[in-house]
Amino acid sequence: MSAIQPNIQPPVSEELELVRRAKRGDDSAFEELVRRYDRNVFRIAQHITQNREDAEDVVQDAFLKAYGNLSQFQEQSKFYTWLVRIAVNEALMRLRRRRPERTVSLDEEVKTEDDSLPREVADWSPNPEQMYNQSELREILTKTIQGLPPGFRTVFVLRDVEGLSTEETAQALDLSVPAVKSRLLRARLQLRDRLSRYFQKRAGGDGDK
Amino acid sequence: MKCTEFLSELTNYLDGALDERTKSELENHLSWCHNCYVVCDTTRKTIEIYRNSELYELPDDLRGRLQSAIMTKCTAHKQKKPGPQKA
Repeated sequence: MSAIQPNIQPPVSEELELVRRAKRGDDSAFEELVRRYDRNVFRIAQHITQNREDAEDVVQDAFLKAYGNLSQFQEQSKFYTWLVRIAVNEALMRLRRRRPERTVSLDEEVKTEDDSLPREVADWSPNPEQMYNQSELREILTKTIQGLPPGFRTVFVLRDVEGLSTEETAQALDLSVPAVKSRLLRARLQLRDRLSRYFQKRAGGDGDK
Repeated sequence: MKCTEFLSELTNYLDGALDERTKSELENHLSWCHNCYVVCDTTRKTIEIYRNSELYELPDDLRGRLQSAIMTKCTAHKQKKPGPQKA
């Protein structure tokens, strides 16, 4: 089996050039940065907040905050990683506001349902894309990822959906690299386990979809 | 290699972050352990299916509105404070 390749991102130097122009007050350069990353920020925000209006607010506030604090961006990381960090914090703040009864933190060591070795005999066959139409599949994927604790969900989205490296994810979330790796493993396994409940049913022939 | 050792290296394996020796030990394990093979394969499919899912795509009309709102707010911010370049 070959390794999964992360999503390809544009070269850093080009991004840095835009950032430097924006720092000098060139708003068209900042606008280009907005166009480049607004989709990513929206996706991340919606995954974390699970609310469309909140996600829209996060996109606006994150870019405005980035604009207002651009002079403090030290260029030691990618602009995108810095922006993601701002967006994640904004999104978590909104999530906490909406669910004040539950503590939402990336630092907490979330207890998993079961850390033992997964038992699996049946592969997913046919492929999920063949078993469900696009909107059914989307609903399953949304429901499944929404069931993960925020700390796991965020790591999975940054690392596996948005294609940040482990180190960039750690920087964006202010976590250590081992902490990112451990959350990522548990997030992946929990998602896999939950998806198996859908994707094995028909293959097993007991068919109560 | 035991199943628990395999599991602890699964993320590194899927990310292509293993040295050759560990990778070949792991692949040897996969060649005879059906359970771990299925776990590995379905975990990979989980990642791929989410990566390709296009969940929460930003619709064009909303995207346009958000971009204008952002730039309007940035301009207002700039007028209050002279320029983002000021440290």
